[in-house]
Amino acid sequence: MSLSLSFSFSLAPIRRREKKQQPTAMDTAGKLNSSSSELDLDRPNIEDYLPSGSSINEPHGKLRLRDLLDISPTLTEAAGAIVDDSFTRCFKSNPPEPWNWNIYLFPLWCFGVLVRYLILFPARVLVLTLGWIIFLSSFIPVHLLLKGHDTLRKKLERVLVELICSFFVASWTGVVKYHGPRPSIRPKQVYVANHTSMIDFIILEQMTAFAVIMQKHPGWVGLLQSTILESMGCIWFNRTEVKDREIVAKKLRDHVQGADNNPLLIFPEGTCVNNHYTVMFKKGAFELGCTVCPIAIKYNKIFVDAFWNSRKQSFTMHLLQLMTSWAVVCDVWYLEPQLLRPGETPIEFAERVRDIISVRAGLKKVPWDGYLKYSRPSPKHRERKQQSFAESVLQRLEEK
Amino acid sequence: MGSASSMLTQYDIEEVQEHCDHLFSQQEIVSLYERFCQLDRNAKGFISADEFLSVPEFAMNPLSQRLLKMVDGLNFKDFVAFLSAFSSKASAQQKIELIFKVYDSDCNGKVSFNDIMEVLRDLSGPFMSNDQREQVLVQVLKEAGYTKESYLSIDDFFKVFGSCGLKMEVEVPVD
Repeated sequence: MSLSLSFSFSLAPIRRREKKQQPTAMDTAGKLNSSSSELDLDRPNIEDYLPSGSSINEPHGKLRLRDLLDISPTLTEAAGAIVDDSFTRCFKSNPPEPWNWNIYLFPLWCFGVLVRYLILFPARVLVLTLGWIIFLSSFIPVHLLLKGHDTLRKKLERVLVELICSFFVASWTGVVKYHGPRPSIRPKQVYVANHTSMIDFIILEQMTAFAVIMQKHPGWVGLLQSTILESMGCIWFNRTEVKDREIVAKKLRDHVQGADNNPLLIFPEGTCVNNHYTVMFKKGAFELGCTVCPIAIKYNKIFVDAFWNSRKQSFTMHLLQLMTSWAVVCDVWYLEPQLLRPGETPIEFAERVRDIISVRAGLKKVPWDGYLKYSRPSPKHRERKQQSFAESVLQRLEEK
Repeated sequence: MGSASSMLTQYDIEEVQEHCDHLFSQQEIVSLYERFCQLDRNAKGFISADEFLSVPEFAMNPLSQRLLKMVDGLNFKDFVAFLSAFSSKASAQQKIELIFKVYDSDCNGKVSFNDIMEVLRDLSGPFMSNDQREQVLVQVLKEAGYTKESYLSIDDFFKVFGSCGLKMEVEVPVD
């Protein structure tokens, strides 16, 4: 009896502290603005999405040795994660099913390979080279000579960028079906889209000269970024720099205010996903106080898988793969513009827009932050599990 | 099976199946092999600790470090043997043996008071003080007839867990 009394005395202070630490939806929303590390705070409630095997919470009654030793729920979760997890599934390349599996189709496939590599590929390289020649011979003079006449220069540059993107799309025999009203140049609006590969940008740019916010890349892509895309008003960021976030947020706000800046395109996932799933949207695009116009992109894998698995291949290899395939087929839907609803937090807004895009493009949603590709999850998630375990043990200990 | 090749032959599958006491079907072994190759990014033939931790769901698990010691550097055959305890065909005895191995980190065949304390520490983190953990453990041990100085053997574990079902199963997705 005395033992149980002393338990309750020692338990009381800890319990009170734990109750304060319990994060509610309101608390996390409030914390967001002040904290600089967004990795863990961008996530509403991951436990709602994940299969929970923890049964220590369920049974009631006196705590026994068996209950304490039974770590099977935790082990099951770990083994489940080893065998299959929803995060890795997002970045798995799913190539189209091989159809050349019998003696009649195989020679046809071989013939197809010859056509693709020896006829189509050189033709496409020719088309692309032609496009670049036309583009550069027009862009460079326009850029240098029309320095004073900004409106005219910008208009011409827009047309030229749309032109070179059309050449790119032609070089993969891109069959793109656009649905919905064409984006217009208006202030206080941003466009958001799901991200599968850098070619998303080219496909969208072909229709409208967007200013995009992208990761600065090395190599020839970086060169293109700093010269041509710079003139479109594109904004660069660096994933690894934490302070960069605030600078970029300010640049975004400034851009959106400007009346004749190109419409801003943002890929809120922050990384390329394999076009079967969407990962969590970063809230940056949704707290600018302007209209958000969602764009959904779905690639038809029948001829080629357009997912750029940046872990497996460089962008150059990815482009070569596309240029030696039959076609790139995709659908682009320009969806109804959305506004932040009263009482909605930016995260809820982001999730709502992600829902709209996922439903339109037929993608499954997962509760992961895309940046987990490059870093480890925050210890807060493990702590949440530990907290619920500790609470449950202490609570059951008091039950007689 | 030497270094991981991208194709499993029928012989390989049968060898692995033999090694895990036929607890997985051949299709499950093929699926597990695909998963193994997916996690083993540079085809070394084993999955490194870092590659395991790149699975966020695993990294978030409180027992991940303990499990990592058991699975780090395993080749495919041993990887499947480790996971076989989670098969629906595995017996309660095999599951309890795995739980015992998780506790018995120094592999001396017995689980001491400190061993259980350490696992409790992993599970409860900063939300229970050392004294609280000790108090809880001493109390439940006493009720079960053990003391702080007791060493639990695998038979003790069998006795404690008894015959009522242990739910520790993982489904291997088969295309």
